[in-house]
Amino acid sequence: MNTRDKMNILFRALLISAIGFLSASCEKILPSSPEENEVLDGTIDALSTAETAKFLRGDGAFTRVFTSSTGLGPLFVSNSCISCHAGDGKGHPSTSLVRFGQINEMGNQFMNQGGPQLQHRAIVGFMPETIPSGATHSTFIAPANTGLGFLEAVSDADILALSDPEDKNNDGISGVPNWIELADFVKPKSNSISKNGKYIGRFGRKAGAYNLLNQTVNAYNQDMGIVSSFSAKDTFSGENQEPEVSDNEIMDLVLYLQTLKAPLQRNVANQDIKDGKVLFVKSQCSSCHIPQMTTGSSSIAGLNNKTFAAYTDLLMHDMGKALDDNYTEGTAKTYEWRTTPLWGLGLSKDSQGGKVHLLHDGRAKSIDEAITLHGGEAVNSREKYSALSTNEKQLLIKFLESL
Amino acid sequence: MVKQYILVILFSLISHSVFAQIDSTLFKRKPKADSSKMNIDAVYNRPFLQVGRTPLGIGGYAELNTNYGVIDGVSEGLSFQMRRMTLFLGGSLHSKIKFMSEIEFEDGTKEINIEFAALDFQFDNFFNFRGGIVVNPIGAFNQNHDGPKWEFIDRPISATQLLPATFSNVGMGIYGKKYTKQWVLAYEAYLTNGFDETIIDNEFSRTSLSAAKANKDRFEESSNGKPLFTGKVAIRHRKIGELGLSYMGGIYNKFQDDGFVLAPKRALNVFAIDFNTVLKKTKTTITAEWAWINVDLPSSYAVQYGSKQNGGFVDVVQPVFKKPIIGFSNSTFYVSCRLEQVDWNTGKFIETSAKMYDETFSIMPALSWRPISSTVIRLNYRRQKQRDFLGNPPANAGVIQFGLSSYF
Ligand code: HEC
Ligand code: HEC
Repeated sequence: MNTRDKMNILFRALLISAIGFLSASCEKILPSSPEENEVLDGTIDALSTAETAKFLRGDGAFTRVFTSSTGLGPLFVSNSCISCHAGDGKGHPSTSLVRFGQINEMGNQFMNQGGPQLQHRAIVGFMPETIPSGATHSTFIAPANTGLGFLEAVSDADILALSDPEDKNNDGISGVPNWIELADFVKPKSNSISKNGKYIGRFGRKAGAYNLLNQTVNAYNQDMGIVSSFSAKDTFSGENQEPEVSDNEIMDLVLYLQTLKAPLQRNVANQDIKDGKVLFVKSQCSSCHIPQMTTGSSSIAGLNNKTFAAYTDLLMHDMGKALDDNYTEGTAKTYEWRTTPLWGLGLSKDSQGGKVHLLHDGRAKSIDEAITLHGGEAVNSREKYSALSTNEKQLLIKFLESL
Repeated sequence: MVKQYILVILFSLISHSVFAQIDSTLFKRKPKADSSKMNIDAVYNRPFLQVGRTPLGIGGYAELNTNYGVIDGVSEGLSFQMRRMTLFLGGSLHSKIKFMSEIEFEDGTKEINIEFAALDFQFDNFFNFRGGIVVNPIGAFNQNHDGPKWEFIDRPISATQLLPATFSNVGMGIYGKKYTKQWVLAYEAYLTNGFDETIIDNEFSRTSLSAAKANKDRFEESSNGKPLFTGKVAIRHRKIGELGLSYMGGIYNKFQDDGFVLAPKRALNVFAIDFNTVLKKTKTTITAEWAWINVDLPSSYAVQYGSKQNGGFVDVVQPVFKKPIIGFSNSTFYVSCRLEQVDWNTGKFIETSAKMYDETFSIMPALSWRPISSTVIRLNYRRQKQRDFLGNPPANAGVIQFGLSSYF
């Protein structure tokens, strides 16, 4: 064999082995998926094929970026759902939003001056809004969007059963629903309970939205300036306009929110974490951050009569002066806030740019700070926490971070 | 505006003081690889087929590849891609008047673009006039982007998404070259139509100069009546290598309509530096380019849109094995690597004074074989990390590509 033939054989051998090597090692040299319990995205169990297809379309709607030519604005706060709820998680101070103009149950007094929400950004050629003088305001940082289908499927009766307006059990904690008026497009559930024509709100920091459709339609309209057949009034002109997003797209997005999985707890078997949970209960945190709830009946199989661990009671609590922003929604008081679900707390920083921004406006820069800012009905509980040893506090926080 | 005219005039004044020999390597079957060739010559320095004895040359290249990509463990599977087929058609009408055009079909016929179509009129080597659809010479990749010249299937991220790759526009300008024994100097300066507001209002949700490529009206009229200036100077030492500096800038927004002032004028500026060399001892080719962009943004605008961006790439290409194989006497194998980084939003959050991210980093080792110099078979493996603007844990992507790119 001459050198040339040898070269040719060598060449072919190299080529074939290279291709062989690559096809065999593809899986190894390409990035693998993160563990399911390390990320918030993913679906609840047992989705049908049709629901999965709808979920995927909803995912597309959630990540869709609006521009001025596809309807953004003219006034807006941000340009996509995902920009404020990165990875379906909590938001960042740079995309927080401001609401103003309501201090009691008489409703918002600044509706004709741009209320309730400040759109402090505008597309080119328009002037953004400012807060009208005389209006008090509150800043809201986006909550996580996971497991919301479970919260939506809890029956009104179950929520009411947790509320204790007169504090009959004498634990210093009352807890009341936010009774809200429903917008025209919001249809109450068949087993819903009403009081003076008002219904129990459960989404948003002030529980100002009745269900996920309500929340989604408002987000389109108020956060992005996208009008729909449900809510046609443009925030800039005040006039009704042709829909900029279709009803189908909205319904896909609502199913997406309903079927995003509940965050999965990590290291459940770890003794520190178990001890931390005991301290959580002992410190009375669990009187508001209720460890377990059950859904009522739902047309989505994965949400039908399921027990879940969101660590909320969906009720409003007096949180004291420090957290009173002098702004409210529905019949809630300005110092009342809905108990924030604590599931997913340990993953918060992964959507908030590596650092946590907790409580309704993101003012707390650590879990410890969030707890020490609890006041009002949570004073006893906070004091129990403060009385814990450093080590015990660490265990409690370790438990919270496993959620 | 006035500044831009002064720049053009300045260039032309310098050019008048110099006379040099005419570069007549036009339409050779095999592009010449001499030490005076620079990125500016890429338009003509391509393999052409001469049609009979006519002064007409035709040519082109095509690129085909497979793509298997995974982002955080999720794959869309294997695809075959016909990235592009480009046709060149050019000719000399006279020894001093040439015409050159380049038509590109991307992803089948999804996109058809006249990338280049210009008439060149030579006064002398240092002073040529060019008018038509020109590629704005910002960075070297824009000037010298033919697929078969590269060992990598994908174009650099900084050249395609940060700078608009092969951003062509209608306009006119001048260019030229000057030679000494060791040095070659080249310049280009054009006024063209340019950008529009889509660079800060697009579905990428970030400042994106390449978003303006979607606006085909720019071939018909300027979006705001203000020309975009693009200029590049490059210097080559025959033994060391080439260094280029380029600038592109102008007003991008529609600030007036029908005589009414709509908004303040908003400017964008792009600076780029490029360098290439071949190390004598090892025959290693190093090609690098970096670009910096600043865009004047309306003050109350979405935070995702950054006013400062930068990014670039470094390619190292090493021939490792040059031996005749199956009848190809100049067959050469290469091992290469490309490093890339783009920061789409340089700055800090007002609310937290933390760093803004929106960054991409990629490393791409490659193996390639050139049976002949104008045909390349390449195998690329890319690992990429992409952080969103908040700086959350990055999305990890991996891509394996295998493909062919060849002049014809
Ligand atoms: C400007 C940033 C921003 C945008 C854009 C945005 N959101 Fe929100 N989102 C928030 C904030 C802030 C809240 C809390 C509001 C409140 O407390 O009333 C919130 C609350 C929610 C909630 C309630 C969560 C809970 O725990 O009660 C849901 C659901 C939601 N958003 C979905 C969406 C969807 C769907 C979109 C896109 C159509 C969207 N958001 C767009 C910032 C945003
Ligand atoms: C009286 C009811 C109540 C009690 C008791 C209570 N919390 Fe809360 N918790 C709330 C409410 C309401 C909020 C939301 C306040 C706000 O956003 O301003 C909250 C918010 C939080 C947050 C911030 C969550 C986030 O994502 O921003 C943490 C962490 C937290 N609570 C932990 C605890 C711990 C630990 C305890 C026990 C030491 C406790 N809470 C006791 C009602 C309560």
